[in-house]
Amino acid sequence: MADFRFDIIGEYFPLFMRGTLYTIGISLSGIILGSILGLAIGFGNLSKKWYLRLPMQGYIHFFRGTPLLLQIFIVHYGVVSNILGRTDAVVAAIVALALNAAAYTAEIYRAGIQSIDRGQSEAAKSLGMSHWQMMRYIILPQAIKRMIPAFGNEFIVLIKDSSLVAVIAAPELMYWAKGASSQYARVWEPYLTAALIYLTLTYSLNKLLIYLERKM
Amino acid sequence: MDPIIQVKDLSKSFGSNVVLSDINMEIGRNEVVVVIGPSGSGKSTFLRCLNLLETPQAGDITIEGRSLMDKGTKIEEVRAEVGMVFQQFNLFPHLKVIDNIMLSPMKVKKWTAEAARKKAMELLGKVGLADKANAYPTSLSGGQAQRVAIARALAMEPKIMLFDEPTSALDPEMIGEVLGVMKDLAREGMTMVVVTHEMGFAREVGNRIVFMEQGRILEISPPSELFDQPKHERTKAFLSKVL
Ligand SMILES: Nc1ncnc2c1ncn2[C@@H]1O[C@H](COP(=O)(O)OP(=O)(O)OP(=O)(O)O)[C@@H](O)[C@H]1O
Ligand SMILES: [Mg+2]
Repeated sequence: MADFRFDIIGEYFPLFMRGTLYTIGISLSGIILGSILGLAIGFGNLSKKWYLRLPMQGYIHFFRGTPLLLQIFIVHYGVVSNILGRTDAVVAAIVALALNAAAYTAEIYRAGIQSIDRGQSEAAKSLGMSHWQMMRYIILPQAIKRMIPAFGNEFIVLIKDSSLVAVIAAPELMYWAKGASSQYARVWEPYLTAALIYLTLTYSLNKLLIYLERKM
Repeated sequence: MDPIIQVKDLSKSFGSNVVLSDINMEIGRNEVVVVIGPSGSGKSTFLRCLNLLETPQAGDITIEGRSLMDKGTKIEEVRAEVGMVFQQFNLFPHLKVIDNIMLSPMKVKKWTAEAARKKAMELLGKVGLADKANAYPTSLSGGQAQRVAIARALAMEPKIMLFDEPTSALDPEMIGEVLGVMKDLAREGMTMVVVTHEMGFAREVGNRIVFMEQGRILEISPPSELFDQPKHERTKAFLSKVL
């Protein structure tokens, strides 16, 4: 370790920073879009109507049951390039992570809604509320509170998993770490730096979550 | 009798478990009917059929001449006219007491916030909890929570109130305050169907007592008759256990 070359880190520092912003941007877009899509999928999955429930269950099974890397390849080379007429790694990365996160957040919504005591929905119904009013005013406000830790965890998972999109050359943190590593034929400097940045991101997010949980 | 509720050949099962069979009865306007019977006899299920928290498989229920089984009947409209009080209170823990009471009048009946607030404060006064308007449900005692739950149901100005063992989850010293509110309500002429193990209340407030066993009504009589000269052996056996 005596010959640890800080100059490599120095040279790549701006790229690492840009990569970090991409990592945050891709993961954040992924969790936000995924949560919106996941809400629809989660509700469909809770429906009594089989023609809503079955496709949603299929979706959840597919995205939880296949490797994320495979999903990234399909979205990048199959879906996004066909729709846009060219490849766009960042768009593909966000779409793939959002589709994947949707499957996991759908389950968070389902578990959160089902964790609310039956008595709550019965009381709401007995007061004449419609299904939608009951969800909007009684069930979701209570359920979302309970879902926040799970959403936070999913976000942390997504930050780490977003490193996979380096393989389609989306210019995020891992991509530049890999780049620096092959340019200088060095392992420790770029990868330890990347590890430190990932750790900082996930650690502070974890702290924020604990704070939020305590505040509520 | 001027019936407000008519139940005809009502049957309900969960899977192969027949919980109610051929229930027939009428409940008069301003009448207080108390339902008693052993655990698992179907008392709660019967009550929950009256506001369609359970869907009966057969028979019919009419409230104010309107059939609940009729495809054209909107469930929400029926429920808005039938209040229910639960054993576990089921207050909304994320809302203040006042908001628990105001929510449904505002969202379901489209009252203004001022009108709903006025009604809520009036009802809180009536159940003796005006000072708890801004408290959260978790800070209330069981007796207070149940009185708020009664006020919440009354805010919808229901024509009928259903009570499912409203005092069974309470410490003994709090039972009286809830029964007191219910007695006031009965005196004011509210039509009430009450499932309870409080035989003193049943005798004092009930106009008629229904004895249920294994999903059937075995006996319907005024309290003096049912408690003092029960017709049925099963009623006698049950009463000797609980009295
Ligand atoms: N949602 C349900 N699914 C399946 N079975 C049920 C359901 N609700 C009630 N039952 C069954 O129906 C029967 C009657 O239950 P119910 O709650 O109406 O009795 P009860 O007279 O109110 O009893 P208790 O005095 O214990 O409250 C019981 O055998 C119960 O197990
Ligand atoms: Mg019961």
